[in-house]
Order: sequence, then structure tokens, then C-alpha cells
Amino acid sequence: MAEPAAVLELAGIHKSYGRGSSLEVEVLHGIELSLLRGEFAALIGPSGSGKSTLLNLIGLLDRPSSGHLAIDGAATAGLDDRALTRLRGRRIGFVFQHHLLIPAFTALENVMLPMLAARGRPDGEMRQRASDLLSQVGLGERQHHPASQLSGGQQQRVAIARALVMRPSLVLADEPTGNLDTQSADGVFALMRTINEQQGTSFLVVTHDPRLAGRCDRQIELVDGRIVADTQRTG
Amino acid sequence: MHPWLPFEWIAATRFLREGRMQSLLIIVGVGVGVSVIVFMSALLTGLQGNLLKRTLSSQAHIVLLPPEEIARPQRADAGVLQKQAQRLRSIDQWQNIRARLAAMPEIAAVSPVASGPAFAVRGEANKSVTLLGIEPAHYTRIIALDEKIVAGSLRLNAGEAVIGNELARELGAGVGDKLRLNSASGATDTLTITGLFDLGNKGVNAPNVYVGLRTAQTLLDLVGGVSSIDLGLVDIYSAETIARRLTAETGLQADSWIKTNAQFFTALTSQKVSSNVIRFFVGLSVAFGIASVLVVSVVQRAREIGILRAMGTTRGQILRTFLLQGGIVGLCGSLLGSLLAWLFLSLWQTLARNPDGTPMFAITVELWLVLVSAAGATLVGILAAFIPARRAAALDPVVAIRG
Repeated sequence: MAEPAAVLELAGIHKSYGRGSSLEVEVLHGIELSLLRGEFAALIGPSGSGKSTLLNLIGLLDRPSSGHLAIDGAATAGLDDRALTRLRGRRIGFVFQHHLLIPAFTALENVMLPMLAARGRPDGEMRQRASDLLSQVGLGERQHHPASQLSGGQQQRVAIARALVMRPSLVLADEPTGNLDTQSADGVFALMRTINEQQGTSFLVVTHDPRLAGRCDRQIELVDGRIVADTQRTG
Repeated sequence: MHPWLPFEWIAATRFLREGRMQSLLIIVGVGVGVSVIVFMSALLTGLQGNLLKRTLSSQAHIVLLPPEEIARPQRADAGVLQKQAQRLRSIDQWQNIRARLAAMPEIAAVSPVASGPAFAVRGEANKSVTLLGIEPAHYTRIIALDEKIVAGSLRLNAGEAVIGNELARELGAGVGDKLRLNSASGATDTLTITGLFDLGNKGVNAPNVYVGLRTAQTLLDLVGGVSSIDLGLVDIYSAETIARRLTAETGLQADSWIKTNAQFFTALTSQKVSSNVIRFFVGLSVAFGIASVLVVSVVQRAREIGILRAMGTTRGQILRTFLLQGGIVGLCGSLLGSLLAWLFLSLWQTLARNPDGTPMFAITVELWLVLVSAAGATLVGILAAFIPARRAAALDPVVAIRG
């Protein structure tokens, strides 16, 4: 069976907060978007445009008020919390702005975390995979260091390795370089790019940095809860 | 990270280890609570065992007596009935009753006794005494008279007597001396003192004079008869139930030690009740302590819980992670508590001593007490963790990560 070409499909997605009350606010007004396998897209837009809300919906951390949302061709409407958690754990990798590792765990354990959550208990294969990924992001030497003792750039590399451990179809990165100096930011971005090219993992990167956005294949611009521009990089 | 431990164990132990100070404080808190419970339980068991032993060392568990004589009017219009004075009588058919009692599995020992008042005379001294005719082989299985002999031996052949050391002092007599006994019925016998006993109780030491059953029967004018049957039981707390049953079966009056020592028994019971109340409230405060620490921990770890959820951890896994933390705190606390209790008790044993330097009474921390308190504290920990764990599991990952 051939895998569907679209890793992500959104159709008519609306999201409002405070439903049913007089303070109801609609944040997203009918988003139509699809992302193909192997795409490396930037999601840009001013603060308050709904980028984070959209990312939470795509990451299955939140549910749309209405509309169709499918990950790898699987519609998510009607799934219960457990099923959503499972789908999220297996198909989607997260890289957050503030690294967000578990400080009590070592680098290796942080990378293993999604597999651990899915399978319940650690095994040798899991350990091997996590260790390989850490080497790939250049942290092979530091795998047994507690996460809290790594530098910002190193923590973000661990986060990327963690995002990849389940071989997800899509990695969602929310300002992945926002907290890093230029040099580390370039390194982290280059790493994501390499993985994208070598493994065909799709990336959706939320960023404020025009320089970074310019280096993505596609730029999707969100303003006031609507997609106002969707351009492919030429050349 | 051990290969066989599930995710919940890894996360729970890491979280506890990371929150070092918090974990340490609450484990010590639980430990102090558990130590109070274990210490109190051990102390109470020792104390009650000791009191019981002392109380029951000088009395039978059940005493069977002939039924009270009741005056019956010969005419229906007899008017005022005077209560009958009770005289010394023998138990009818006591040999048969004795054989039946001896066959009952809940009765450990049966000893017929012929007892009544008498005067002990020696020279100028003249003391009122209680004369007790016994069969030493049976009697000592109920009251360890043989272990209380301080001089001479427990030998009660014809013409021999064993008396309390208090009485001996008052009469100025010792082992080998003669003693004259005058009974209320006018009979007289001269006996040789073969032994002195000390039951550790002046009231019992002073008036008792032990003689052979036959000697007493002759002196008390009860030839071939006994005035009471003493019983020793397997389970001392069933004394009252068995006594009632025996009354119904034999028609004899049966006095259990529980009835005879009603106030003492009530004191024992209320001691138990009050210690249970204390245990309950100590347990409750341990539970609140664990719960409050975990509530704080859930708030502190909201972000981490959010990440765990984003990484595919289910609500169930989060719930169990926090329940486990409660259980681990309870278990570690109870082990520490048992250790503390053991230290307290050792200290107590060295401080609480009789004037002669021997320990006041034996207290031991028994293994079952440690196991029960460990299981109890673990359970309390898990229950206490329930509310915080549910809060953790219900956290919205979006809010948690952003917060």
C-alpha cells in the first residue's frame, strides 16, 4: 500500500475559545492547508495571528471547533483522548522554543521518551535507536548527561533527536531557534534540513525570523486567523 | 534505568529523586508518624501482655462454684422471704463434671479445689487464713505456684503445707516448722511447712495456705467433695462466653476472670480503643502530608507533565506515575518509621527498669507489625496521591506547556 502523499490535511478548520459565552472569540477562520511528504515549510505571521493555536491543533494537543483534520490520511475527528495521544506519539514530533526536556532524565532518556510512552518499558532496541540519533545530532558523547546540564543549543539538538525517535511523518517546530545565538541557531536549522533531506520527514517550522523562513521551501503566512499567502521558494 | 522497569516507575523515582528536599522531608514526616504507631502498638502489646500476665498469675481463668442456694417458700402466702445464708458445700458429681471439662478442647487445664476459712496458730500468733486444698500437678498448670516458691519446695503430702512468705514472717515460721490449723467447723490439724511462695501480691501472699486436697477436705468437713473447680483456657478472651456456656450446661455458677476483674478488663479495652483513635488520626495526618506535597509537585511539574503528554504519554501513565510516588513515599516512610520505633523502644527498654535493674516488661517490634505498617503506609500513600494524580492526569498539555 502506497503511503498517502499528504502528511497533513486541513479543511475548513475553525477554532474559537470561550464557546457558548458572550466572550466567544474565533481565532482561526476556516484554514485550508495540506502539507506533502518531505516538505519543509515555514509558518510565519505576526503575534496573535493564530500560529500557536494552529500548531496545537495540528499537533493534536487541542481539537478544532469544526473542520477536517487528517494526519497521514487518518481523520482525527471522533478519536478519544487515548487514541489522539497514541497518534500524536507515533506520527508527530515536537520541537519547542524552550527546549522543554525533562530535567530529571538524561539526554538518552529524553530521546527515548516517546518510545517509552508508547511501549511502556525500555528495551535494548529503544536505547540503540536513541543513542544513534544522539550521535547523529552530534551529542553521542553526552548521552548520559542530565538534560539540565546541557547548553541551550545542545538541549535543542536533544529535542530534535527526541522528535525523530518514533520516525514521525511530521515534525512541528515552534520557534526552534528563538532562544539560541546565531551560531547555534544556524547549526540547529542545518540539522533539521539535513534530516528532512535524508529521511524525507516533513517539517512545519513556526518562526519570526525572516532569515530562517527564507531558507524554507515554502512559506505560509497567517494573518488574523487566515492564510493570506502560501508561496513556494523558487530556484 | 533498569530494563524491566515500566515507564511509570522510571518517571516516579526520577521525580522523587529530583525533588530531593521535598521527598526527604515528607519521607521523614511519614516515618515519624509510622514510628509513633509502631512504637505505641509495641508498647501497648507489651504493657497489656504484662498486666494480663500479672493479673492472671494468681487467679484461674474461670472458677466453677456450686449454684447459690435459694430459699423457697413452702406455702404460697409465705410473706417476706429471708435470703439464705450460703454455707460451704461441695459441687455435686464433681468427678463427672471434671472429666467432661477435661475433654473440652478450649479448656487447657482443670483443677479441683477445696477451700474455706481457717485460723493458723503458732505460739502467740493467730492469723485468719484461706485454706486451699489442691492437687499440685493440676493446679500448677493454671497458677504457676511451683515457679513462685522462694524457699523449700511445693510438696503437699498428708500433713504438709505451703504458705506465703508474708504469712510465714508474721507467724515467725520457716520451712520445716510446724503450723496448727483450726477450721471453722472445729477440726484441727498440725502441719509441717514444706515451702514458702511469693506471688508478688501481698493480698494473695498473706492469707493463702496450700495443703493437699485430702487434708483440706478433712479440715473443712467436705470429705470427698470440692468447693470449686478452677479452669485454665486456651484463649483467655473467650472466658466470658465459655463461662456462660458452662453455666448453661452444668448448672454451676461460672465466674470468668473478665467478670471478676471487670474494671481491669474495661481499662484494657478502652486503652485499645484510644490507641486505635490515635493511630487513625496519625494515619490521617500522614495522608494529608503526602497529598499536600504531591499537590505542590504537580503544580511545579505542570510543564513537564505537558511535555510528557505531548510526547505521547497517556493520562493513565501520568496518573499511575503520581500514585506510585505516593506509594513509594509511604513505603520508604514506613521502613524509616519502623527503624525509628525500634530505636525508641531500645531506648525505652534501657530507661524503664524495675528498681532491681531488670527491664520493666518485654517489648519487641514484631515482624508482622512492621509488615502491616509498611503495607498500610503504602496504601495510605497511594490513596493520598489520588487527588494530586488526577489533577496531573487532567492537565491540558497546551496550557501546561505554555504556562
